[in-house]
Amino acid sequence: MNIDFNTDRPIYMQLAEGLEDAILSGAYEEETQIPSTTEISVNYKINPATALKGINMLVDGGIVYKKRGLGMFVSTSAKEKILDKRKVTFFESYINTLISEAKKLSISKEDILIMLERGFNK
Amino acid sequence: MSYIEISNITKTFGNTIALDNVSLKLDQNKIYGLLGRNGAGKTTLLNLITNKVFPTEGEIKVDGESVVENDKLLSKMYFMTEKNLYPEHMTVKSAFKWSKEFYPDFDENYAKVLSEKFLLKNSKKIKSLSTGYQSIFKIIVALSCNAPVILLDEPVLGLDANHRDLFYKELLKNYSEKPKTIIISTHLIEEASDVIEDVIVIKDGKVIMNDSVEKVLLQGYSVSGTAVAIDEFIVGKNVLGTDSLGGLKTAYLLEKIDQTTIPVGLEVTKLDLQKLFIHMTNS
Repeated sequence: MNIDFNTDRPIYMQLAEGLEDAILSGAYEEETQIPSTTEISVNYKINPATALKGINMLVDGGIVYKKRGLGMFVSTSAKEKILDKRKVTFFESYINTLISEAKKLSISKEDILIMLERGFNK
Repeated sequence: MSYIEISNITKTFGNTIALDNVSLKLDQNKIYGLLGRNGAGKTTLLNLITNKVFPTEGEIKVDGESVVENDKLLSKMYFMTEKNLYPEHMTVKSAFKWSKEFYPDFDENYAKVLSEKFLLKNSKKIKSLSTGYQSIFKIIVALSCNAPVILLDEPVLGLDANHRDLFYKELLKNYSEKPKTIIISTHLIEEASDVIEDVIVIKDGKVIMNDSVEKVLLQGYSVSGTAVAIDEFIVGKNVLGTDSLGGLKTAYLLEKIDQTTIPVGLEVTKLDLQKLFIHMTNS
């Protein structure tokens, strides 16, 4: 799992997203263990409180769960949950940004549709 | 109740006011970053917490007790200073042994393991160590002494990038396994900003910030645009400073702003801790 932290958003959110990406890519399979708070903290040189906050975001979303005395494990339906959530944010993070940038560059809706077509046909 | 309580501390050296009526409350088992420009009063504050100097006015309590001439309390705190307080002819190995006299919980085995990781030769005399290795030696003592409070004054002085990386990792590992109250005073803000939980900024002997890094970062923005648009936008806002380049102006703000209220044509970027610090402490 490789996360390039930036200053745009809080670190714990970027960590949660990075872990989600790793689950989606299959790096952490469902019902397998994810790294501990300490391992994450040491590896990325981030405060353990930040690491814990990121993991807790995933716990709250039902993406990972705690096995007592063992650590954190990926939930059975984790991939599905992540996909559902990402689809909701897709509009906000991609479509809205696309439209506002297109307006700045005077690209019309028709032009965008043509570009989309071209992109899909690649 | 706060673990370290600094109340109305003033410290003067002759006519110089090093600290001016400083009050701070620090929680137990948190990592604090103590930031300030050269001569801002950081080392004086750490010297006062560990009773190396006496305050001109005010009081400092740790775990509910005054630090003044309190040996029991002082043995619970380790202060890594830029100065070397060990006899110079002493070898690293005997210095580790000696540390056990002051810090009964000093873990010699762990010190040995860390020495191997940092490639510090235990048979060497302390005075023969380079600046970087003097720092490494002191870092190892700080991490191995098992004191519930460790104060690190410029811990990465002279360390190369690899050793700094190793230091932050070992510090976090140590802190995760044995939580303690840590204050790191440093000029290398960028690399410490994710490691620390709270940030304290001192300017000209006064505390101008004491907050969680996460909260502070949510408030730091730079906004650029035409001078006219920027001047209009920043009215009534907490402005740390401005820069102008031709007709383009940039304002640095410490205030949470609603992204949806930003006028068209203005460019907003987040500020990292180091940039915020620079704009907060520019004279």
